[in-house]
Amino acid sequence: MSAVDGTRSEGGVREPPVLELRELGVNFAGRVGLVAGLLGRKSVDARAVDGVDLSLHRGEVLALAGESGCGKTTTARAIMGLLKPDRGQILFEGRPLGRNLRDYRRRVQMVFQDPTGSLNPRQTIYEIVAEGLRIHHITRGPNGETEEQLVARALSRAGLRPPERFFLLYPHELSGGQRQRVVIAGALALDPEVIVADEPVSNLDASVRGEILRLLLKLRDELQISILIVTHDLGLAWTVADRVAVMYLGRIVEIGPADDVLTKPLHPYTKALLDVVPEAGGIDRPILQGEPPDPTRVPPGCRFHPRCPEVASGRTKTSGVDDECHAEDLGLAELQSGRFAACHLARLIATGRAGGDTPTEREPADGQEKNSVS
Amino acid sequence: MALKPPIAPSGEPRRAASGVPEEPLGPISSPRRIAWVRRRRALGRFWSEYRHNKMGIAGIGILLFFVGMALFATFVANPQSVDPSYVSGPVRHAPTLRFPLGTDNFGISVLSLIVAGSKISLLVGLTASVITMLIGAVVGIVAGYRGGAVDTLLMRITDFGLVLPWLALAIVLASIMGPSLTTIILVIGLTSWPGTARLVRAQVLSIRERPYIERSRALGAGDGHMIIHHVLPNAMPVILANAVLVVAIAILSETSLSFLGLGDPLTVSWGSIIENAFAGGATTLGAWWWIVAPGVCIVLVVMSFTFIGFALDEIINPRLRER
Amino acid sequence: MSVLSVRDLRITYHTTAGGVPAVRGVDLEIDRGEVVGLAGESGCGKSTIAAAILRLLPAKTRIEGEISLNGEDVLEMKPGHLRTVRWTGASIIFQGAMHALNPVKRVGDQIAEAITTHHQAGEREALVRVGQLLEQVGLPPRRIADYPHELSGGQKQRVMIAMALACNPNLIIADEPTTALDVMVQAQVLALLKELQRELGLAMLFITHDLSVLVEVSDRLAIMYAGQIVEDGPAQDVFYRPAHPYTKALAGAFPEIGDQRFRRKPSGLGGDPPDPQRIPSGCPFHPRCPVAFDSCPTVEPRLFASGEGRRAACLLVEGALTGVRKDES
Repeated sequence: MSAVDGTRSEGGVREPPVLELRELGVNFAGRVGLVAGLLGRKSVDARAVDGVDLSLHRGEVLALAGESGCGKTTTARAIMGLLKPDRGQILFEGRPLGRNLRDYRRRVQMVFQDPTGSLNPRQTIYEIVAEGLRIHHITRGPNGETEEQLVARALSRAGLRPPERFFLLYPHELSGGQRQRVVIAGALALDPEVIVADEPVSNLDASVRGEILRLLLKLRDELQISILIVTHDLGLAWTVADRVAVMYLGRIVEIGPADDVLTKPLHPYTKALLDVVPEAGGIDRPILQGEPPDPTRVPPGCRFHPRCPEVASGRTKTSGVDDECHAEDLGLAELQSGRFAACHLARLIATGRAGGDTPTEREPADGQEKNSVS
Repeated sequence: MALKPPIAPSGEPRRAASGVPEEPLGPISSPRRIAWVRRRRALGRFWSEYRHNKMGIAGIGILLFFVGMALFATFVANPQSVDPSYVSGPVRHAPTLRFPLGTDNFGISVLSLIVAGSKISLLVGLTASVITMLIGAVVGIVAGYRGGAVDTLLMRITDFGLVLPWLALAIVLASIMGPSLTTIILVIGLTSWPGTARLVRAQVLSIRERPYIERSRALGAGDGHMIIHHVLPNAMPVILANAVLVVAIAILSETSLSFLGLGDPLTVSWGSIIENAFAGGATTLGAWWWIVAPGVCIVLVVMSFTFIGFALDEIINPRLRER
Repeated sequence: MSVLSVRDLRITYHTTAGGVPAVRGVDLEIDRGEVVGLAGESGCGKSTIAAAILRLLPAKTRIEGEISLNGEDVLEMKPGHLRTVRWTGASIIFQGAMHALNPVKRVGDQIAEAITTHHQAGEREALVRVGQLLEQVGLPPRRIADYPHELSGGQKQRVMIAMALACNPNLIIADEPTTALDVMVQAQVLALLKELQRELGLAMLFITHDLSVLVEVSDRLAIMYAGQIVEDGPAQDVFYRPAHPYTKALAGAFPEIGDQRFRRKPSGLGGDPPDPQRIPSGCPFHPRCPVAFDSCPTVEPRLFASGEGRRAACLLVEGALTGVRKDES
């Protein structure tokens, strides 16, 4: 299980990441109304993704979390080549992506949020799963399997057994969970190294979610597939992820092993996100006020400072980092082994210069025992 | 292959809500066979829905009657029965037992004329609508799928075609190309595609935003694959339902053009019957049968295609289905 | 007296393919100032119940049983009276209600309209009341003149809440009120709802698939499966010590962060929620139940007492109870 462990992302001699993002940036062109344009107003580009560094290792499950509009889905779409990044690089197995994405597109597959929409209603399950093989002109598997055998194997790996029974069905004849399995089977048919899953279970019924997540973990364990899960749900990250990256306004503000990030967050935003995870009797907890931020107006300094509870409470002032928070933009820094955060205050605390406390740690969960459900 | 229920966790596949019983699957031998079984199934499912549509069944019934008539005219009927030099009936006679729909000013039975004309009217209607569909679908798909400047250019041309007075354009074209059957077909085909193009483009625009297009693109699909496997199959129902309506319009157009004397003077069509009746003074002489009979046929055929078109639309368009 | 009392409610939808039983015998009781959470997956009938309480179901739907709201039988009400009751007796906040606002009318006018038509208040009075309502839901009073497109999703949901409160109902039905909202905004809206409920002593029926949200806002919890309530009781007891295997599985889908029992162990159920037209025999949950035994496919369990103020429809619960009694005697 060591390959599964979050600790493998710590230093030491190891193979290069399967997938790496360097300073990735994606802009969305702003729109100006006709009248405003004539009055000389310029369009403002939305910096949806604004300098993301991220690496995904072999057999790793990495969760990319954040509010809607933080750029997590845009990042996923850029990885899939569905959007052209404006800045930065995407490296696959250490090599930057060239113009020809054909081979890359076979080895990196995507699972979508809406399984119903992502299946063509006029295709049979067989055709849907075989589509990737046909696009890549794969008529035989590595061991001489026929297309039909490859499709059958992908379906049964995705938990649709016996696969032949599903060949001729149409998507509308399946349940939501089964449809998502078909999407996963379509990805598996190409024997990918990486699966990017964009909110893979948020459109599914609660009781079905666990099975799909279990399937993803199984694929990682058995086929060593690396999985990037984009989600707004930190509970989901806790259930499946080795590492968690938290995004805010187009940038990663904290990244590290899930066990640490989700229980002892370094960044105030991570803490705020954890605070709003619903829990019994937790309705009176502090909630970050205001609306999700607007990527056309990225504030100067630390981009979180206008909503930051540490700034609001004056704690940054007493620690003497308030000016930096308002003026100095900062990137991720390794504050503990394997743990990175972009926060002036956290940096100060990590170097031991703060007022001798570590209150960004989360209070231990209340005494309520939760049943075991596994 | 034994048909055991699938093992958990996947559970039983959900069946179509319509409750159509599915035949058990045989062993799957090849993708080609799969495609064939699939098509047959889709047709079966479609028919089981169509069957319950009263309008659609009425349309099919009327249409089959006239198709039978056209086949009879092509293979059985004696061409001499509509040749003025061979007939010897009473001139402009009101309907009798011998001439159930009366006769024209040559003494030809109007019934014989209608039977002979059905062939041309249906032929013109179908061919013209095939041309319309081809041009309309290609323009609509290219404009909708490509978007951008291509879309703008094609849609401006389409708008131009839409706002031009159709009949004037048709008359000009027909007089340039000279009166013949081919002219009529081409004129109708070349002037009625813009509506279809608009409709197809709208459908393609909506298809383009569906997640399965994105999924296919992420798989590495090119434009050709995307159009053939995703755009076309999903736009097809709209194209077909529209084609049926276009047939109705084409038959009407043929009538108008023939009536205006732009058709082939040597062939009999329903439009030319009415034209001859008009020129032969049917209106002043009170020979109502000469005009009413072909007129009713035109109305019936147009109605049948319209009914079928509405029925198809109702089955295909899920928003209408819910009502 | 309870604000809402539902007795043996059975609702069958009319479709071309025959009747679809959506609700199959549900009892529900909500007291003054109490929040009852109704949880279940899509198609379990929870939203149907909400619509039935205000008689918002399609005309051909068959409704049997008894729904009494503030002592009046809803199913017997005349249309005119019903319209009044829909605002003054109980009001509903929908899922995706943000789209229910009229885009070409100022939000203040939309709220005022609800007051003037149902509350017999003058226009001037109504505007004062709108100002109070906006303040209550945490919107600055200047928003009164805004059009819906000028508001964010969370703000629109706040307007919808203000509208629901406009005629001082004593029951609020919230049907997935936060599902379409972002995590942070969801928490804000939930906190607001809970605060208003406490402040105004409202009774509330809170419906959602998200059990973790329910346990946060509810006093009592009822879990639905295949058109029936399979477990109910005090919210925290039901969530943390579920008696029914379905509740257990559902609760597992909402893990506690930091709890090692959930770490890398996603839990879920095999199979899918049943098709309402093909509900399994016996206990409807038996095909997916991890602890089903030979009686489950044949015996339909009723709700057995499973603890203090708790009930669960599971044969194992009954077995455990009789076991306890034997020990005592």
